[in-house]
Amino acid sequence: MPFIDPHAHMISRTTSCYEAMAAAGVVAVIEPAFWIGQPRTNAGSYADYLSHILGFERFRASQFGVRHYCCIGLNSKEANNEPLAEAVMEILPRFAAKEGVVAIGEIGYDEQTALEDKYFRLQLDLAREMDLPVMIHTPHRDKKRGASRSMDVILEHKVDPGRVVIDHVNEETITEVKDRGFWAAFSIYPHSKMTAERMVSLVKTFGPERLIVDSACDWGISDPLSVPKTAALMLKQGIDAEAVRLVTYANALEVYGKSGQMSEADWAGATVDQRERYEGNTILRGGQTPVVGRD
Amino acid sequence: MIEGDENGRRKIQLRAWLAKRLAPDANDWLDAACRKTASGGSDDVVLAIALAPRKLGKGLLALDATEGAEGTALRAGLDTSAWTIDQAARILLMLEAYRRDDAAFAVLFDAAVRGGDLNEQIALLQGLPLYPAPGRLVPRAIEGLRTAMLPVFEAVAHRSPYPAEQFSEQQWNQMVLKALFIESRLAPIVGLDDRRNSDLAATLVDYAHERWAAGRDVSPELWRCVGPFARERDLPDLAKALASARPAEARAAALALAECPLPAAAHVLQSAPPLAELVRSNSITWNALLSTDP
Repeated sequence: MPFIDPHAHMISRTTSCYEAMAAAGVVAVIEPAFWIGQPRTNAGSYADYLSHILGFERFRASQFGVRHYCCIGLNSKEANNEPLAEAVMEILPRFAAKEGVVAIGEIGYDEQTALEDKYFRLQLDLAREMDLPVMIHTPHRDKKRGASRSMDVILEHKVDPGRVVIDHVNEETITEVKDRGFWAAFSIYPHSKMTAERMVSLVKTFGPERLIVDSACDWGISDPLSVPKTAALMLKQGIDAEAVRLVTYANALEVYGKSGQMSEADWAGATVDQRERYEGNTILRGGQTPVVGRD
Repeated sequence: MIEGDENGRRKIQLRAWLAKRLAPDANDWLDAACRKTASGGSDDVVLAIALAPRKLGKGLLALDATEGAEGTALRAGLDTSAWTIDQAARILLMLEAYRRDDAAFAVLFDAAVRGGDLNEQIALLQGLPLYPAPGRLVPRAIEGLRTAMLPVFEAVAHRSPYPAEQFSEQQWNQMVLKALFIESRLAPIVGLDDRRNSDLAATLVDYAHERWAAGRDVSPELWRCVGPFARERDLPDLAKALASARPAEARAAALALAECPLPAAAHVLQSAPPLAELVRSNSITWNALLSTDP
């Protein structure tokens, strides 16, 4: 069964993660721009980060037969540094126009400050101008009101909710997200946010339409295998295979595919060949044998 | 200004090749992008370069024989065989951004590659043989070779007359050594034989010893840069390679020994009569060496 992990900060993960994901059937990942655990102090390091996830990280993923896409944006935490935010807003359009950019994201609120609100709105306008979907980060604290406010602002800016994924959704926020026509994504974490067991109940209650499972794996305790593991649990607990396919693969493809930058053809028939030119072998260290022909 | 005229001819030629391959709306987009790039700021250039594959597709450029001849007439040694349509368009857009200011162009090129995604870096570096004031772009070309991304390295090193024309001996030698180190190929490096030198040969022999000490093979292509400059003390290494169970390595050693001016080299080669015969009858060549590898 093929999987898409539509929220994975692979820049923070190891080659073992890629190997395990590929072996478990993850064919594609989406890497949303976010903060990197400590705040950047200037726009130069932000620009380098964006070209890193679009360049070397995409190359690294290709070594393991995993297709790599990005969301480009200024995250809410760093939106609170106004000089940085202003400079980053200047460079965002040129990065958002690059190949394999499937959305503006992850954007939204953290503490729900005035500056966060300002740059959230500017980026919604950018998404509309560039005809890109949007990935929304909902706050960890005061989540319910933050999520609700995010959706109000998105609709106010005339962005079609059918092109917006609200991420880090939970039992408290799912009803409003679905009722207002947005896509609802769930970050399955080992200790926080959402567990696989709770996810199974949600799919049973709400059905698979417009629900998306992701790992949101990053530099913290998180599991890059969350998507295939959750799929396995869903199947075991009697959810039918088509519903599992929707929430762990097809729904993410449908909404992020609206960018025109992601389609099944990108990975259909693709095999890993670490000797090949494009899938080159520089990830291999001396003495390792290249992997050839593994699906 | 000769440089400017040449630049103009290159733009016209690239545009003509693309025009034949693009649908009307894609041609319109490219015309508009070229105009905007030629008159706008650096943001317009990088944005147009970023959008090129979305607007034009990524099919192979695949020049026919007549066009290929046009290409060589335009620029000696130009090899577009691996180029795609979006890559040719990105190079054209870069040329459009030239405003008869060589220093400003070098700065712009540097920024465009540095801020480029994987495919943009590949495309822009493949264009190195076509840009004006090529000498000013050497630092970025060298930076391209320092990459950990094989296709970016090869965009500079392979099927391009640029390195042989522009790189110092030290830069050239680093490129060849790194190609072997990252298990890229030497055959697609243009001018490889002409720029062989004694320093490179000595470095590669050291590299072979290091690999052997670690119980690893070396690429048979390594010996191509050793042959003409092999020293007496390198002959035992060539004899060892000549006796290799890997056919490509044995053939490579035979070719290297045949190119070595030392009288003792001929004796070593004669110790393997079938291989000596293959060399004498021109049945083996450096460029076809690895295609015969099992």
